[in-house]
Parts: sequence; C-alpha cells; structure tokens
Amino acid sequence: MKADPRGVLTGVYYIDGDVAAGYGALAAGCKFVAGYPITPSTEAFEAICHRGPQVGAVFIQMEDELGSISAIIGATWSGVKTMTITSGPGYSLMQECIGFGAMLETPFVLLNIQRGGPSTGVPTKTGQADMMQSRWGSHGDYELIAIAPESPQEMFDYTIKAFNLAEKYRCPIMIMSDECVGHMTEKVVIPEADKIEVEPRRLYTGPAEDYLPFKPEPDLVPKMAKAGDGLKLYITGQTHDERGYPVKDAEYKSKYGRRLVDKIRLNKDKIIELKEEGTDNADVIVVSYGISSRVAIKGVELAREKGIKVGTLRLVTVWPFPDEKMSELAKKAKAFVVPEINYGQVVYDVARCAHGRANVVLVPHGGAGVHNPNDIADAIEMAAKEDKKIEGLIEFKTRLEKSVFEGGFKLKE
Amino acid sequence: MAEIRFAGYGGQGIIRSGIIAGRAASIYDNKHATMSQSFGPEARGGACSSQLVVSESKVLYPYITNSDILVAMSQAGYDKFEPEMSEQGMLLYDEDLVKPKQLRGNITAYAIPATRFAEELGNKIVANVVMLGFFTAITEVVSHDAMKKALPESVPEKAVELNLKAFDRGYNFGLEAAKKQGDSKKN
Repeated sequence: MKADPRGVLTGVYYIDGDVAAGYGALAAGCKFVAGYPITPSTEAFEAICHRGPQVGAVFIQMEDELGSISAIIGATWSGVKTMTITSGPGYSLMQECIGFGAMLETPFVLLNIQRGGPSTGVPTKTGQADMMQSRWGSHGDYELIAIAPESPQEMFDYTIKAFNLAEKYRCPIMIMSDECVGHMTEKVVIPEADKIEVEPRRLYTGPAEDYLPFKPEPDLVPKMAKAGDGLKLYITGQTHDERGYPVKDAEYKSKYGRRLVDKIRLNKDKIIELKEEGTDNADVIVVSYGISSRVAIKGVELAREKGIKVGTLRLVTVWPFPDEKMSELAKKAKAFVVPEINYGQVVYDVARCAHGRANVVLVPHGGAGVHNPNDIADAIEMAAKEDKKIEGLIEFKTRLEKSVFEGGFKLKE
Repeated sequence: MAEIRFAGYGGQGIIRSGIIAGRAASIYDNKHATMSQSFGPEARGGACSSQLVVSESKVLYPYITNSDILVAMSQAGYDKFEPEMSEQGMLLYDEDLVKPKQLRGNITAYAIPATRFAEELGNKIVANVVMLGFFTAITEVVSHDAMKKALPESVPEKAVELNLKAFDRGYNFGLEAAKKQGDSKKN
C-alpha cells in the first residue's frame, strides 16, 4: 500500500534526526502520539505537534511515561498507528508496558533517542547504553525488533520501516537512535507519497462468529480487530489462548507463550537488515550500529591506509541478532572489533556467535561523545596483529580512557 | 573538507547560523554538510555554539576535531574555542564583542562590527546574518548564490528583506576585507 499523501511532507529539508523521525512517523500514517517530552528527543515531539494537526494526527502530552505508553497501546487497539518518544529515564519507565504491548501483540513504535545514563546521566549528550535494555528490558519471554539509524535521512526512512514492521509482526518496534543522530542536522529528502510503501493493519475480515483474536496466520502473526467494530475481543496481559482467555498450565504457557518469541525468531531472515562491506577477505571485521557504525568507517579507512584487510558489518536491525551471519563470518575472519558507546553490550552477542573462533575486541566509550576514529583504527590494527586465539573479550584501551584513568580503575590491595 | 565553529551566546542566532550555512551547502551547493549543536542547561544568554562540517563526500565524523574556521560572536565563545583551531585556520569575529589575543601559527583573522552594522540596519537580531555574509565572502565554503537561496527559507517571511540586506552588508564588507588581506600578503 502507498502512503497517504496527507502525511507526506514531500520536499528537501535541512533538519535534525529527531524532526526527521517525526516526519517519518507522519508519512507512515501515524495518527496518535502520546509522550512526556524529554531531552534529547524533544524536537521529535515538536515536529509532531507542529505538523501533526495539519495531517490529522493527534499528540497528547501525558502525565508521565507510564501513561504515554499505555495511551498508545489503547489507541492502537482503536485502529490507528501510534508512536511514543522518549530517552533514558523515560525508557526505563516504559519497560513494563513494552512487555504488555508484546503480550497483547500490539503494533507500535517507540523512538528512543539514547543519552548518557544511568539515571539522569548526561541528558544533553549521546550514549548507546540502552541496547540490552531494549532486548531484555521487560520481564518474561518475548522478542521484538530494534533498529539503529545513523543519519537524519535514515531517521526518516527507518521510522517508516519501523511502522511497517510493527504492523507486519504485531509487536513493539524500538528505534534505538541516540543524541548524536537526533541532534544532527543534515539534508533529508522526503519523496512523494507514491514512492513510500506502508504496511496496512492486518485486520480480520471473516465472519464475526469465527474471529479468534490470537489465532495465528501461517507466518505466526494473528489478524487484528478494532475495538468497537463488533468483533468479540478479550485482551489481557495474562498468558492467553487464541480466544484471549487466560491460561495457566505449563503446556498452555508453553504453547501460547512460545509464539511471541517464535513469530520473530522464525521470521528473522525477513526482518534482519545488515550492511556488509569488504568482509570477504577481511582479517578484521568491524561490527557496529547507529552512529558508531558511521564513525567506524573513518577508523576503517585509516586502517586500510596501513594495508590492513578490514571489512564492516553494520547492524541496521540490532534485534533480532544475526546469529548465523556472525557465526559464518567468525569462521573466516581473525577478529571482530566492536565499537559501541557503552562498556560492552552488543559485543557479548558478537562473542557468543564468534564461539571462540575469532577474537572479539570491544572498543568502549563511556558516552557524552562518539568514538575517536583513531581508536577504532588502532583497535583494528591490534586485532589484525594478534595471531593467538584469546578467550573472552579483549577490551581496547582508548585514548580517552588512558587520559582519564590511565587505562582503567584498579583495586588497591 | 571544512570544519566550522560558530560560537556566541544564546539568542544571537548561533545555531541558526549553522543551519543556514549548512542548508546552503547541502541543498544548494550539493555538498555534504552536517551541523551539530551543543547547548548547556542555559537558553538565552548562556554559552552556545554550533559546529558545521562541510565536505565533498559523506561526513563520517560529525564533530569538529580541529576547526578550520572559528566564527566568534562573544568573548567567551572565542576563549573556549580558540584552542581547537587549526594552525592554518581562519578567525572571523565581531570586533566590538571579541578581543582576540596574539594569533597562533598561520591563523588569519578577519574583523567586522557585525552587531553594530545590524543595529544600523534597524535590528541587532540580524547580527548573525551580517556575520554570515562576511563568512561567505571570506571563506568561500558556501557559494553566495546558495546562501541567497537558503536565507529566505530560514527566517520569518516578514524579516526576509532585512535579512537579505544584512547579508549583503556583511558580504560586501567581507569582499573588501579579503581584498585588503590579499594586498597586504602581496606586500
């Protein structure tokens, strides 16, 4: 289905990543946004507030983040596409209802402009330290999809993709952006509406008496109904059967609970998006996502100038994780270098898939800034020179860490 | 590639300057231009700066490492960002608001009473645009035509005429300043 031209602000803009994500949401057909404004995501709210009313979208400033995410889940069940926007502390507050959304198989998009944490952290500066929270933040077993854009143009493009994935797989989609991309202003081209594909809601159209709200289609995703349309709906956060009625026995918990993870895991090949370059004969492969993958290319260029064979694997979707791809690369390359703006998160999944076949080097960054490309280049060089297999993670000592900690804290005897 | 820092205090249009120059470079000169802003908890009156990286190819590292150009509209901005300047860099400053120290290396300095010119034009709010005209003439990072197209899109409609006047004032002053600098180098 093509996008509704009403929501598409076709043109060439010079805007920041936050605003681009807001415009992307409207282009995707988002009609309801509820949120509690928080730095550094505020410009996305402003974009929705400013443009939303012109295209028939509603924004409500809620009392807090719990209310915000609850409101969009309710609104989604009324039949519209929805989004909430947040950062850091707000993201923590939303965790319970991310699981609620996953349990109810509610399509929505959550835009997280990551900042330095924990707690209030560094509100106006960047971070990528919510990555594991985006995977495991809510309690219980569930799977969802996380996307990490690297530019304002991608914030527009991938926000649309996020809405499409949400409808397709009926689950919450996390846009795991960060302050650097959110506050970065660049040229953004918004195409005409007929160039934008949007996924419509998978609505049930059969006889009312046959409708089962959680009965899976062949791809494991059930068809949805709009509340108030006359179909019988029973929706609960309790583990439920195809009718939506609570179940509590182990066999049913297994049967109905399993589908929440399997509908993502078994459709993984259709969901995962990677950008791979120069990995074929590479000794070292840089694995990264979001702003770090962009800065990493500068480091890769520097390393290549020294004659090192280095490739890149960019995780456009970080979750679900590309296990098979990573295992395959681990058989060919000597080492993975993983720069991320945290003290080690996605790197653990890289190590899990490397399975001891390739060394894994973490290039950490504590946040409030992005990597120095020279550090990434040096880490690549170090990894290329290492001929021994080293168990566990190798942590690269960055210039920044050396200058402030002399290479890291040590316990005193 | 050119790394440009605009520095001043909140309310002077420092971020706006980065946006206008970036819009001109990326949309009308077809270059790559990445603008990032930094701000403290303060709004109006606090220290404020924007950074713009202009390049023929994609900007991979979005921040300034060594600025090629520092545009200083306040003493505090100059003091804070002078140390990050390249030794080959250019310093553009409002001569009534910034007193530069002895120049390092091969840094060249260009002065303009931008705020005074803006006041003469009727509103000191366009001091940043006077400075942008000056910046365009001297640095040649963005073309005059591109700036003339980007400017009206970046200001309220009722202020377009004043802004274009402010831009021309700075631009013409900049052409003369560049000429003077060229002549003095020849001598």
